[in-house]
Amino acid sequence: MKEAHHEAHEHHGAHKKTYKYGMVVDLDKCTGCGACMVACMAENNLPFRKDNSDRMRSQLWMRVYKISNGRPFPDTDICYIPRPCQHCEGSGHHHTPCVSVCPATATDYSHETGIVSQVYTRCFGCRYCMAACPYHVRVFNWWDPTWPKGMKKYLNPDVSVRMRGVVEKCSFCYHRYQRAKNKAYAEGRRELHEDEYQTACTQACPAGAITFGDLKNPEHKVHELKKSPYAFRLLEKLGTNPKVYYVSTRDWVRKAGEAYAGEEGKSVTHA
Amino acid sequence: MSTIEEKEQAVSQDEQAAEHATVEATREPKKPGTWRFLIPLAAFALGFVSHFSLGWVILPPILYAEKQQPIDFSHKIHQEAVDEGCESCHYFREDGSFSGIPKLENCAECHEEPMGEDPEEAKFIKEYVEPGKEIPWLIYGRQPQCVFFSHAAHVKMGELECIICHGPIGDSDHVRPYQYNRLTKYSRDIWGWNIAGLAKNGWDYLKQADDSGGTKIEHPARMKMDDCAECHMEKRGVHEACFVCHK
Repeated sequence: MKEAHHEAHEHHGAHKKTYKYGMVVDLDKCTGCGACMVACMAENNLPFRKDNSDRMRSQLWMRVYKISNGRPFPDTDICYIPRPCQHCEGSGHHHTPCVSVCPATATDYSHETGIVSQVYTRCFGCRYCMAACPYHVRVFNWWDPTWPKGMKKYLNPDVSVRMRGVVEKCSFCYHRYQRAKNKAYAEGRRELHEDEYQTACTQACPAGAITFGDLKNPEHKVHELKKSPYAFRLLEKLGTNPKVYYVSTRDWVRKAGEAYAGEEGKSVTHA
Repeated sequence: MSTIEEKEQAVSQDEQAAEHATVEATREPKKPGTWRFLIPLAAFALGFVSHFSLGWVILPPILYAEKQQPIDFSHKIHQEAVDEGCESCHYFREDGSFSGIPKLENCAECHEEPMGEDPEEAKFIKEYVEPGKEIPWLIYGRQPQCVFFSHAAHVKMGELECIICHGPIGDSDHVRPYQYNRLTKYSRDIWGWNIAGLAKNGWDYLKQADDSGGTKIEHPARMKMDDCAECHMEKRGVHEACFVCHK
């Protein structure tokens, strides 16, 4: 069934080039400032609460976690982990966790861009995907979004506002991809340059810790960066095959990220 | 003979009895089965007609409201006056986005002063050009917030003619009324399904006056989700269809 699906897709898209957009985050550069979170909220019309530091209720697509090696001074060390949607590709009998459980086909893995979509008008809020996602990237709208007076004028027209009762998540700023494609089409080309499609968090990071691009394209920076011997992916052993890579020269960070049981990297707190 | 008498008696009695008599009478004649056979058929026909008229005639005006455009605009006259066809007024911007309906500025380039005798033009100049007010056009094809549509992808890359989706709007002499769903407030042009291919309505097909004054149907205006989906299925295959247009 699934193979037939793939064949059908390839048949239709035979002439079409496919991409695998992904991200490499250098954790040694990340200072935990949270600019990526703010940029993401502004870009993607995320509502905020009076006290957005209340992590039980705040909605974030990009979230910065803080982990510690748990050792006493002077060996103590902390690391911040910015965590967007991992856009799991799956491999072999593993699959994108959220996509496989969605009963409404509201979320899908795109073989064209490698982006896991979320279509809010299809979602009816069962939240299976939230249970399935090992990275907790999905958030549920318990309320209709509200903004302080006058702020509606600052909403991004390229991103729809989600209603109460649906699940939402990071889309790698898919609307920016569409906008970039628009421009490319108008200029008569199908290919995008690396700098034409960048996510809001990538551009906002003052430390340059986030790099975004097509993992398959040797001309894109991510292609080399992900090959680093210090690169790892979160919970890699689950076989979800995420497209967000992390780089850290610190052993304990890599172990924590891959969630090996061990002495260090046990205490994870929300930044 | 006895039947007639019975009948006469029945008629003179009250309604209930009259009904009874009719049933009696229908049993009487030489072809006993015919009438009984027709009753369920007639009931079916009545139900069929009443439900169809309910669905096609009575309910639509309750569900859909109608508005007139602020100015009766003639595409035909303008089409004849410009050099580059549709793109003279509906052009692409440099970033690949589509300008859509021209702003007052564009109109005022020519219509600073009246160019003809038309009362609609006079109205347009008095009410909009002079006070510098944008015309609140009602947009037939305006999509809901959750929809992404790229003119560049269709017109520049897909090389589709405007007429494929918009119909022969460029040849129209008047603007048709704008119909919208009272509940959702969405235009009737963008949602629903043309049942049984009865292409007689403006939101299914564009009507166009022919030379004799009657209307002829030239080309459908296709801006409903089902129209998009149909073409996408044909041209691209269904897979990954949602996230292409939904945002």
